[in-house]
Amino acid sequence: MWQATHEELRGFGFTIVTVALDKSPEAARPWIEAAKPAHPSLIDTRHVVADLYNMVNVPTIVWIDARGRIVRPNDVAFGTDTFKHITGLEAAKHLGALRAWVRGEAAPLSEGRTRELQALPTETHQQARAEFGLGQWLFEHGRAEAAARHFERAGELAPHDFTIRRGTMPMRGIDPMGPEFREMLGAWTKAGNPYYRPLPE
Amino acid sequence: MAELGFTVIDDGRAVEVAPAEGVERARHAQGAGRPVAIDPDERAAYLGVAASVRARALASLEAPDFTLPDLDGRLHTLSNHRGKKVLLVAYASW
Repeated sequence: MWQATHEELRGFGFTIVTVALDKSPEAARPWIEAAKPAHPSLIDTRHVVADLYNMVNVPTIVWIDARGRIVRPNDVAFGTDTFKHITGLEAAKHLGALRAWVRGEAAPLSEGRTRELQALPTETHQQARAEFGLGQWLFEHGRAEAAARHFERAGELAPHDFTIRRGTMPMRGIDPMGPEFREMLGAWTKAGNPYYRPLPE
Repeated sequence: MAELGFTVIDDGRAVEVAPAEGVERARHAQGAGRPVAIDPDERAAYLGVAASVRARALASLEAPDFTLPDLDGRLHTLSNHRGKKVLLVAYASW
């Protein structure tokens, strides 16, 4: 998905780092082996990055400058148009902005605007992440039934967090592309909530 | 002993303690404002990170650092890319 962009821009002091929020390295392996990425392609079964960056869905992208500072907070972007017919989101808009920033042709968002656009976690959401963390540990230790209880509790606490509600489906024996997902998505969007939340600029 | 133990997962690390100590640690973390998930039947508790701590870190705009493995188990640390611009992408197979 992102390898072409990495190749195109790596000469400008740039790298892509991808993180798979999957239940196991094996779940992510086919994707990574198909992409053959030259950039770091990491596995995050415990959703460490989702917790640190307050991510609620995938894909989520963040721009980090050479000093290690966030210059574009969590946004939705795809590396290619593979899923455009489903998501309605085009890769080109973000890629154009990314290119301009990496090549030094355009400034990123100001610090003030970056902070305005950041979504910060609530106490309830962090409680949901603790329930996810316990569920994930139980799942890793072969206690899938107990894990499912905590995953479900986490989803009730953070209904907008699809790294939890959808991301735990494979650990609850549910097809994350199947009818239960479609039903969840339908109820969510019917209530007026967006599944993807791209930044307004 | 193992089946009488209690697991506390704190800062991502699991430690085995006596049940009374596990419950006490969970209570202490809760008192300190941390989110805690506890399962008495499974004898396990997960001590999370408070929203205020996460919010402060994010609002500082310093990119939170992390170390994660790749498919071969090799560890990578985000801050090792300091000096380069980074596009961080979270994705999943689901």
